[in-house]
Amino acid sequence: MLGYYIDLAIRSLKRSRGLTALMILIIGFGVAASMTSYSVFRAVSGDPIPWKSSKLFVPQIDIWGPKGHSDATSNNEPPDAFDYIDAVALMRDHRGRYQSAMYRVSPSIVPADAHMHPINVGGHAVYSEFFPMLDVPFKFGTGWGADGDARRASVAVISGKLNQKLFGGANSVGKTIDIDGKDYRVVGVLGDWNPKPVFYDVVNTGGFTSGQEDIFLPFTRAIDVGMPNDGNTNCSEIPKGSGFVGLQQSSCVWIAYMVQLDDKAAVSAYKEYLDGYFRDQKAAGRFSWPLNNRLRDLPAWLDAEHVVPSDTKISLMVALGLLIACLVNTAGLLLAKFLRRSGEIGVRRALGAPKAAIYLQFLIEAGVVGLSGGVLGLLLTWLGVLGVGLVLPKEISSLARVDLGLLALTLTVAVVATMLSGLYPTFRASRVQPALQLKTN
Amino acid sequence: MSLHPMIAALRKHKAGVVLIAMQIAVTLAIVCNAIFIIYARIENVRRPTGLDENNLFLVTQQWVGAPSGDDPASVQKLDAMLREDLNALRALPDVESVSPTNSIPLLQSSWNGSAALKPGTDLREGNARTTFYFGDEQWLKTAGLHLIAGRDFTAADVTNMAFRDNSQPAIVIVTKPLADKLFPGGNAVGKVIYLNGDSKPTTIVGEVERLQVPSVSSWASTFVWNSTIAPIRLNGNFSRYMVRAKPGRLEAAMRAVPNALYAANPMRVLDDDSVKSFKDIRAEAYRADIGMAALMGMVCLILLAVTAAGIVGLTSFWVGQRHRQIGVRRALGARKVDILHYFQLENLMIAGAGALAGIALAVGLNRVLMSKFEMQSMPVYYVLAGLAVVMTLGQIAVFVPARRASNVPPVVATRSV
Repeated sequence: MLGYYIDLAIRSLKRSRGLTALMILIIGFGVAASMTSYSVFRAVSGDPIPWKSSKLFVPQIDIWGPKGHSDATSNNEPPDAFDYIDAVALMRDHRGRYQSAMYRVSPSIVPADAHMHPINVGGHAVYSEFFPMLDVPFKFGTGWGADGDARRASVAVISGKLNQKLFGGANSVGKTIDIDGKDYRVVGVLGDWNPKPVFYDVVNTGGFTSGQEDIFLPFTRAIDVGMPNDGNTNCSEIPKGSGFVGLQQSSCVWIAYMVQLDDKAAVSAYKEYLDGYFRDQKAAGRFSWPLNNRLRDLPAWLDAEHVVPSDTKISLMVALGLLIACLVNTAGLLLAKFLRRSGEIGVRRALGAPKAAIYLQFLIEAGVVGLSGGVLGLLLTWLGVLGVGLVLPKEISSLARVDLGLLALTLTVAVVATMLSGLYPTFRASRVQPALQLKTN
Repeated sequence: MSLHPMIAALRKHKAGVVLIAMQIAVTLAIVCNAIFIIYARIENVRRPTGLDENNLFLVTQQWVGAPSGDDPASVQKLDAMLREDLNALRALPDVESVSPTNSIPLLQSSWNGSAALKPGTDLREGNARTTFYFGDEQWLKTAGLHLIAGRDFTAADVTNMAFRDNSQPAIVIVTKPLADKLFPGGNAVGKVIYLNGDSKPTTIVGEVERLQVPSVSSWASTFVWNSTIAPIRLNGNFSRYMVRAKPGRLEAAMRAVPNALYAANPMRVLDDDSVKSFKDIRAEAYRADIGMAALMGMVCLILLAVTAAGIVGLTSFWVGQRHRQIGVRRALGARKVDILHYFQLENLMIAGAGALAGIALAVGLNRVLMSKFEMQSMPVYYVLAGLAVVMTLGQIAVFVPARRASNVPPVVATRSV
């Protein structure tokens, strides 16, 4: 019976080619527009570390007080990064399972090959626990140990890409590289790891950058050699001292901080600790304002920092609106198409077909239209995802890709949506009175 | 023509009428919001920075193993390296003028603070927020800015300081919007202000008409035109040079830069992005805005096409359905033009009803976008423009089937179907 209905549907669709083509085009465009914007939205709003994001937390301490959030837009939020003094104090207290203070660096590297000009790399100065905390994959070697932090060791972890550039992709563990004129020993080479957004430091990277993270150094070592920070520095007052050392003594914030807390008890214990830390500092006379700390998990943090560009959300909303308009349209056209065949329905009903059979027949017809529209939509989605690079910034558009999931979703959305919009026309068709139709014919 | 029979006829096609009206409503809501977004973005992109953007480019470079710049001796060392670079660039045949700079409009990287009339206010309070540009006596000339009051910097005014030195300049040139904000009475030149909450006074020596801040992000939208230029060479481990090429010699000048700089000092990083024309800086800064406008434009076009197609499709069906009735009307003396008008008027009524709902939907959508995405309130004329667009679209779309209806011959009435 199913095969027969499909055959019927195709025959009927062939009969009015113009109308059928119109419906397929409309569904194709509507689905493709929404799927293309969805692919961009999915790329930028996805969880960068889904298996662990609920265990990663970003603490905030209100070290500035009311003068730091005087303008109306700040919503009484404490600063979204750390000053040096408090970041180091939190690291010293070491209350989480893993934790790392980190700041962005942008040093130069002098290749051993004398013919090559020096190159500039981006990266972060981090603590040893950064690597296990974020499950960073290594191709060769590992991160440095806790003693590397304590000894302020001249070691470095480099990306696979930089390893390719400097060492031709060979195992470079143990080799030496020249960073800002000083020698560092390579202890690890990263596997394929380039998370977007750069969730561990959205404050200094903005989340989505076209830049690559090529180098990771011990935080303590970078401070020792005075490797300056690259990224945002926010101050509530002008630092008293000058230079990078002056920045370290100031209340300016420029350091990102992340901590891993494995369960609820650990989270509340850490919250307790943070509040206690604030109260101690307040008792010591550093702060004169009430407690205003935050401890957000990674998804909440990315949301609070508005990491997903609002343009992406607006585009998705507008594209969904377009899809709805297309479906309303399809419903209208299907209605016209089905009711035009009242005579045929009347004959079928008079010959004993139950309402359910009429339902099935016309829903299948809607489904066939949806499927054809979906196939066209697949093609257009594929073109659309290729084409977003033309209109969207590179750091966003390069993340959108077509995969099996997206293709399956496109087809499903097309078929289900078309059948939904076919529901009412089908309902109307099934209510055709056989007697009336036969008479007028 | 009386509307009564038309409304009675529409009652027979409730579902179709509702569907068309719904579609018109959704289309109107999306189209006028999309057009509003497009206009806002285009307006953003089209505002002039104040620079003379032709023949202008920027060089960004980083020295390898440069001194820290944290002690006076190393600051002087860095300054010597900076001046060496300036000399090398100024010696190039295709270069007209060069100034060191910390940033330039639309570059996104910026140095912001506040200006106040009283000493020692909080850094974040002040009377006005401002961005800072640091350069030498050629900065204004290279940028192509013209003074509207006061004087330009002279070579004697220019000093140098470490990148992270926090002292304030003795003299500055400010933009007119900043000057007017600080001194609404005018005549800012010669007046004293206090920068970044410092207690050291700074004198305004000149005023320029317009100079945009480097950031195009929304957080900087409250002080887009508040710029302060200080006669200071900043010394850090990296440097930027704003370069004006001789007319028509932009590409030649840009090509000559890397070799000239490597010849002056090979221990530096220059990569693909190091030498950038202002045109590219502008394109990069506004890429997202232009992309969004293009995207919204495409959505509008698809939506309008889809809606028009839907109206054509459904009206054609109705014409087919009423074939006989049309024949009867024609036989009873209705002219072709009466039939044509009938369908046009019918569409006008349906589209009008849909548009009424659409106006509410459009305003609602705008409210949602405002509350969630810092969007502005949409002026009424966008809704009116959207209204005109969908009503016209409806009329155009209905014309084809309506004309077919008007061509139904009266003799149809005499045939039995």
